[in-house]
Parts: sequence; structure tokens; C-alpha cells
Amino acid sequence: MSTRAFGSRIQRNIDPQLLRGEGSFVDDIPLANALHVAFVRSPFARARINSIDVTAACTHPGVAAVYTCDNIGDLDLELPLLIPHSSMTDARTQRPLARGDVYYVGQTVAMVVAVDRYTAEDAAALVDVDYDPLEVEIDLEKAILDGSPLVHPTHPNNIAAHLVQVSGNPDRAIAEAEHVTRVRVQVDRSTAAAMECRAVAAIFDRVTGELTVWDGTQAPLSVRGGLASILNIDEDKVRVIAPNVGGGFGQKVLLFYPDELLVPFAARHLGRPVKYIEDRRENFVGSTQERTQIHTIELYAKKTGEVLALRDSFLHDTGAFIPYGIAVAQVASTSIAGPYRIPNIWVEFKAVYTPTVPVTPYRGCGRPHACFAIERAMDQLADDLGLDRFEIRRRNLIGDDEFPKLREGLLFADGLPVSLDSGQYHKALEMLHDKLDVANFAAEQQKAREAGRHLGLGMAFYVEGTGLGPYEGGHIKIHPITGKVYVNTGLTSQGQGHDTVFAQIVSDQLGVKVEDVILVEGDTKAFDWGVATFASRAAVVSGNAIHKSALIVRNKTLTAAANMLEASADDIELRDGAAWVKGTDRQVSLAAVATATNPLRYAFNESAKAATQFAPASRHDGPALGEGQAPGLEATDYYSPPCATWAYGVHGAILEVDPEICSVKVRRYVCIHDCGNMINPMIVEGQVMGGIAQGIGGAMYERIEFDTDGNMINANFVDFLVPYATEVPQVEILHLETPSPLNPLGVKGVGEAGCIPVGAVIASGIDDALRPFGAAPFQHIPITPSMIYAAVTGG
Amino acid sequence: MKPPLFEYRAPRSLKDAIALLAGDSGAMVLAGGQSLIPALNMRLASPSRLVDIQHIEGLKGISVQDGRIVVKAMTRHRQLELSEAAHRANPLIREAMAHVAHVPIRNRGTVVGSLCHADAAAEMPMVLLATDGSVVAEGPRGRREIAAEDFFQFHMTTTREPDEIITEARFSVLPAGAGWAFEEFTRRHGDYAIAAVAAIVDRTSGHVSLAACGISSRPVRLRQSEEIIAKGGLVPDVLKAAGEAAKEAVTAPDDMHASTDYRRHLLAGLVRRAVEKAASRTK
Repeated sequence: MSTRAFGSRIQRNIDPQLLRGEGSFVDDIPLANALHVAFVRSPFARARINSIDVTAACTHPGVAAVYTCDNIGDLDLELPLLIPHSSMTDARTQRPLARGDVYYVGQTVAMVVAVDRYTAEDAAALVDVDYDPLEVEIDLEKAILDGSPLVHPTHPNNIAAHLVQVSGNPDRAIAEAEHVTRVRVQVDRSTAAAMECRAVAAIFDRVTGELTVWDGTQAPLSVRGGLASILNIDEDKVRVIAPNVGGGFGQKVLLFYPDELLVPFAARHLGRPVKYIEDRRENFVGSTQERTQIHTIELYAKKTGEVLALRDSFLHDTGAFIPYGIAVAQVASTSIAGPYRIPNIWVEFKAVYTPTVPVTPYRGCGRPHACFAIERAMDQLADDLGLDRFEIRRRNLIGDDEFPKLREGLLFADGLPVSLDSGQYHKALEMLHDKLDVANFAAEQQKAREAGRHLGLGMAFYVEGTGLGPYEGGHIKIHPITGKVYVNTGLTSQGQGHDTVFAQIVSDQLGVKVEDVILVEGDTKAFDWGVATFASRAAVVSGNAIHKSALIVRNKTLTAAANMLEASADDIELRDGAAWVKGTDRQVSLAAVATATNPLRYAFNESAKAATQFAPASRHDGPALGEGQAPGLEATDYYSPPCATWAYGVHGAILEVDPEICSVKVRRYVCIHDCGNMINPMIVEGQVMGGIAQGIGGAMYERIEFDTDGNMINANFVDFLVPYATEVPQVEILHLETPSPLNPLGVKGVGEAGCIPVGAVIASGIDDALRPFGAAPFQHIPITPSMIYAAVTGG
Repeated sequence: MKPPLFEYRAPRSLKDAIALLAGDSGAMVLAGGQSLIPALNMRLASPSRLVDIQHIEGLKGISVQDGRIVVKAMTRHRQLELSEAAHRANPLIREAMAHVAHVPIRNRGTVVGSLCHADAAAEMPMVLLATDGSVVAEGPRGRREIAAEDFFQFHMTTTREPDEIITEARFSVLPAGAGWAFEEFTRRHGDYAIAAVAAIVDRTSGHVSLAACGISSRPVRLRQSEEIIAKGGLVPDVLKAAGEAAKEAVTAPDDMHASTDYRRHLLAGLVRRAVEKAASRTK
């Protein structure tokens, strides 16, 4: 029997292609005679548009069309609010091209279509827009004050949404508390900075009436639905393909960006292929961002450190529009109690309009913010009560026997009550304690201090609700000629390795090599049903759907092979691409089984001879396909999770702060991680590592800077500091595997895990290192050298 | 991020290149292109003509002669960094060059191009200044040598005339027995300096040379700190005082990467460390 593929460190199927530069991204799709797009974008954070003069641009040589809100027909609309929620009133969304007003620097005002991008940019510069700039307030806390300039006159105090959620009886618990710790924490604006920016290309075939769109999106099926609806075309006539996509991180799950509608519209209008390849500057000023939240969190505790209640009130910056609803704030507010028992919770947020690029989920989606708030508060509580940071957590972590831990009253982003399903939180904490050698650290730290060096130990725990519904599907077919297995699902991949992990799931059930399982996704013609890649859900939702489909195909194969081999299905095993009678050398290849299960008229090869109507083996009474039978070895099934399944982990670091230079060097970084059963530990580690790298960015480097007029002053990779490999520490990863009780594979999501606690870990470590300076705790990320300077000099 | 239209010329002789530059007031020199091409693509620069000097005879190579390391205009950063002759003549150069961006950029970018670009936070202008170096400019009015002290004016501004081409840079050889050091802080490896210091310490002559970048509108010599050390000697208190004195040279305003106060604090520390290290390397 061959070894199980599930759980093995199998190299990724897609890597050779990607590493050799043989990937095919949207810009690689050859489109003869294509036109190219450039946008005219608002230079003001808030302004009235008096007039737009496109005369000079239209007559510029090489220009095919210039569009404004006045000549895009049905597209001159407010884009959809994707996730409605009762906490929002009159939620504001963007128009593809501005009409009347602009709301952030970078908002699309006009679209130029020309023979090449050079010409399109030249002509875009000729579009003359007359603006009356309006007053703006960029600061989140000032934006909600009476008298602050409004982003939307419809929304007093710039409040886009307001929600209070309560679990337990916080009032009573607060009255009983012996101690309260209160901290204010802030996480600043960042952006995903995927390697490939966004891209859209489209062809409209006038003969067939079919629209084909290549879109670097995380959600092709949803884009298809929206395009069909807005452009009023039958869904079957719209094909959306997400080819190789160079990173998504949530930025590419939003639909629609203006270009996603306007490019297909122009392709149909002009009768030529049209392509828009977003450049880096446009990605900074035009594609959605995330992160700014300011929390005031209070922990009400007994003197023992047991936390009885939590109160958290936070502001969430949603930018100029709120197309993705309250998802980020909702995830933050429902993750706020982290891995702790805390039975009584009161959490409130206000989502605030600011005249900046709109905010939608970015890897972590509210979880890093919540983690930063609760973990900084836990550290502070430990300090206040004179307890060790590990001890305060021991006294509050949910015990193994307390699962499922329901937080009644808190509704997660899937609309369902928060229920942490499983975990070994205490064990994870002790693993970190051992691995970091915490017992001996204090002595080491003291010795270093005596030598003038400042070492610190930081740590943070996190939880992550993963694998959200509604559902995904899987289609599996064994190919009759090659015996290879084709798998389809409604997702798309941006580098996660779906093709490998899904193949591992199928390989075990059908006894074929992992490389003989071929995944086709990211194409609405490949699979008709599903949602998208987001919320750490692919392995959980599509993984289980594919698993269920594989079981059906396995049973069909066993039955058919048993017939062919004249044995009982119980005596058949599937391995090495064939069905075998156990303990014998009698076998038939899966290709032959697949052929034989498809009644044929024509004998096109050796296997086919056995499947024709006249073959002795297929002679039976009645029709070739019995009632209820389907040809071939094929199945489709779906998986719809009952609710999110909660992964978790705890990270710790030993770092050194140099007070003369104000630099931070991470000496060790340890991650204890549990995402249930691992399909491929190597891919899990890749996800965790990538997340930690992104977390290091958020902890110390990446901050989108707006000036007071709302101009983004670091919309480039010189000044927006994405950490290089040189800034990312070596990470030691240890796994726990607590199977999820919620799904057949026992898996939990891992896509966002790594980035969640890093900011809290680094802040905790710097606090610890700088204790001799008596500085206030670091409650604001990213932590910059100037902030360390202020701490060490008391400035 | 596509440049507007420009005329591209690739002359074979210096004379032709100068004529092409002189013939179009909107012309710019293209060497390694590591700063100019991004500026073109972002439409921050829109020259009417680009004069590409990479095919001109005699603009390549490194030589050490008469106490000078002569680096011709089309010499790539990486060539100077790896040059054994240059390293033997002045090890400060290689030590500094490891901090100039990243290897792929050093493979294409030129040393002289970086000097002419004159970013106030760039390392090589500071090294030229620390070594009492110079550049040679050639134009319609002939050839002239410009001392580093006179060359760098403001951020991205030099005393090169628009119709001149800088054909070579001249770094001084390290005095025999002198020590050297390069200290820099960047938030990420390879970025422009928040602050950097180059130091040369010669115990024999008592000469100390200190230059800094990232702290002002151009690279600066830290004369006051040099004097403090020359008078007080290479002892800890003096080095600390030299660091403190250097703070006055910081004129850069608060920016997104550093506050002015932090830059002063940082520079003081870098000066102390650089001199200490240079002193430890003297013979």
C-alpha cells in the first residue's frame, strides 16, 4: 500500500511552472489588436467636479475612446453593497466613474482607451477636470467630532455603521470585578502589496454574444454573476477566468473595482479586446486597503487575574466607501476575547468614513487588530497585578474540556454565533514556554543589561475563525484515456497551492499519484457553483467538498472494477492508478474502468473495445445505462460548513533593542500553530511564514501615510516599507494538530494565521527590552525608530 | 507608469554626446538608468531627449594612479565594489558600497550616475566627500575638475552644467596606516540612509575625516566633530562629544521615516561608532 498523501510534505505541483517564468498572468494573455486603458484619477481627497473636458484627449492620435460618467450607459450607477448589515444606514459605495463629487485621491474620474498604454497615459493627461476642492479631515478621531468636514453629507459625524454586541452579563461582572485594566491601542493603515497588481482584460464576441473576461480576482464566479447582471447578459454568455494571480490577500476579493466593469463594457462597446494592467502607483491609490482601528479596551478582573468581563469600544476607518460592509470591524469585534474564557463581553464599534481609499478585508481582516488589543491588554493586566505574562494567560485560557466555547450574542462574519470548536490552548502555551526557554530568559536578560544590551521577550496568543460558508463544491472525473483525475472547484488560487493539497485529498481516495490529479479552477467554465477564495476557507470548504466527491467516485470505481474483475467490491483496492483484487496480481487500470463505465458505439482503442455495445462484457438486458446510472467515473458534491472552525496559535520572540540607533533586531521567533489536521505541513508552514513576514511588516514597517489634505505621500515601494527577506527573522514553527470536529477532514484554515499576532509579539518584546527606561508600553503599530527614540529619551 | 515621448540618442563619442546635450535644453544623460528610468516611468522627469552614454569609448574602467582611484562614468557600482585594486587602495569604498541598494541595482547602476543624481541620503556622494574626492566634467567649454565639496549643492542638484557630462570620479586613496569605517542605519537593508557616516582616521598625521548623509539637503563634512577629535584625541569622552557636536549638522525636517530629534540622536551614535571602529583599524 502506498503512503498516505494527506499529511505529507509534498512539493507543490505548480512551482516548476511558476519558477521558470512559465506562469500565465492576465498580462500574458495574448490578445491581438488589444486596446489599453489609463484612468484619470482625482487629485483631491474631496471636491466638487464642475466640468470635465475630454476634447483634447479624444482627438489625441491613437485614442479609441474617452469615457466619463456621461457615456457609460447603465454603468453610471452606485456599485453594489456586497454584504448588507442592519448596522449601516444608507451605505455609500463608489460609482465606476465619478459623477459630481470625488471622495478620495485616486478615485477614477475618466477612462481613456488607446492603442497602447503610453498613448493612453498621454491622453489621460489631456483630460481637463475643473474641481472645487472641499475641506477634509483625515484623522479618524477628529472625523467623528461635531463640525468636522463630512465625507458624505448624508452621514453626520462621518459614522458609516454603529454596532454593539453583548455576550453574557457584562454589567454584573463589572460590578463584581476587583481590578480594571484599560488600554488604548492603535493599528495603522496598510495595504496588501501583492506582487502582481490587479489586472482585467476582456473580449466580446459579437457572433456568439459571449463576453470573456480575464480578471486577477479571488472571486471569478461572483464577478460573473455581477457582470451578467449589470451588463444585462445571460450568465452562460459570460466567462470569467482568473489565470495565475500573483497574490490576493483580500484586496482582490472585492468586486467591483471600476475597471472590472468598464473594461468589459469598453470591449463590447468598441468591438476590440481591451486590457487594463494596474500599475503600482494605481494599486496604492486605487485599490482597497485596511487596518486603521483605535480600540479602548478594558479588562475587569479578580485580583487572581481571572478576567470576568471585557469592554471594548473601537473606531474603524472604512475609507470613503463601505462596499464590503462591516466585515473587517465585525471580525475584529467578535474575535476580541481571543482564546480566553472571559464570559462577559461588551463590544462596540463605529465604522467611520474618511476621504481615503476604501477599506475592505486584507489578510487578517480585523483579527490582527483584535489580537493587538486583547494581547496588549493582557500584558498590561499581568503587569498591573504583578503576574508573569504566561501566568495571566494560564489563568484565562479556555481549557481543552470547555469546547465548544460558545460566545452567545456575538455574531461572526458568517452571521452565526461565535463558537470556538476545539483546541489545546494550554499545551500550546507550554510548548512556547519550553521552546523559547523562558525559564532561563530572565537571567540572560539581566546579564545582557549589565553589558549594556537590551533583550526583550515578547509573546501573543491568537485565534482565527476560518472556513466560512456558505459553501463550495467539487467535481471529479477520471479521464478514460489517460486515467488522470480531473478536479474542479469554484475557487481560484493566488499562490496558495490548491492544486497540490486538493490533489493530495483525491490521491488517497482514488489510489493515483498526486501529480496525476489535475486541478482546474479559476474559470467559470470549469465549475459553475461556488463563492470565492477568502477567509482562510479553501482547504476547509472546497477541501471537504472535493473529499466528499472523491468518496463517491471511489465507490463507483470499486463497483465497476469489481464487475470487471469478477470480484467483490470489498476485495478491491485502488493503488498505483489501477484497481486490484487484494492479494493478487489481477488488476485493471483506472483508465480502462473509466472507459468501461461509459457505454460506447465506437471502439477507438483497446479499452474501448470492451465498452462497445457489442462487447461480450457489456451484454446485459435493458438499456446500456440503467435507470439512475451515469456514464463514466465522475461525481460532484458540495460542502457547507455548519459554522466557522477556529484555528489558533501562540507566537513568541526574543529581540534586541539598540537604544543608540533605536533599531530592533529579532533574535528568535517561535510559532506554535494548530490548524487541525494538516493536509500538507510544508504548505502550512509556507502560509504561516508568509503571514509572519506580512505581520513583521505591520509590526515595524508598513504604514500608508496621508498628509492632512489626504494625499498619499508614500505610494511607492521606496517609502512604503514592505520588509525584505533581510528584515524577516528565521521562524521556528511547531505544530499541534487538534482535528476540527466540524468537518470530515478535520481541517481548519491557515491562510491568515501567521500575520495575526506579530504586532502584539513585537510590541510585547520591545516593552520588555525597554523596561529599564521606564517608558510607556508600545500600544501603536507599526513601531518606528522615532517611537523607540521617544521611549528611550522620555521624549 | 509609462514615460512620455522622448528622443533617444546613443552617441559613440564624447564629443557627439556633448553636442547632443548642448543642442537640446531638455536633454538628459542616461547611464545605468536605475534612478532615471523609474523617474521617467512615473513621469517625474520628462526629458525631450535622452543621451545614452553607454556606448562611448573610454568611459569604462577603474584605475589607481597618483593617490587617486579613478572611476570612469560607465563603471557599474558592482564593478567598483568588486575591484581588488580599488579595495586595496581604499577599503572604505567596498564597505560603503555593500549598502548601496541591492546587487541587481548595483549591477546596472553606475557610480558616477549616483554622484550626479546626488540624492542627499545616498552613500557614494558622502564617500566622495569623506575621501576629499572630485569629479571631472567635460562640456562645450572644455574640461574641469570639481571638488566634492563644491559639487553637491542640494538634494538632486550639483554644479554640473546641463551641457556637461561627468566623465569620471576621483576618490582619494586611504593614507597608509589610516583606519576607516562606514556606519549606516536604514529601516530596511539597502534603503537610502536615515543617516550614515563615513570616517577616516589617520593616527600618524592626526587627520580625521567625517562625512554624513541622510541628515541634510546634501552630504556634509562634519568639520566640528573632526576638530573635536583632532584636538581631544581618540578617547571615549571625546568621541561622545564629537557625536553630540554632529547633531548640529542635522537640518532634515521630520519626515515619515524619522523625526529630526531622532536623526540627531542617531547621528551622534553613528559618529561615535564610526570613529571608534576606524580608530581600531589604524595601524
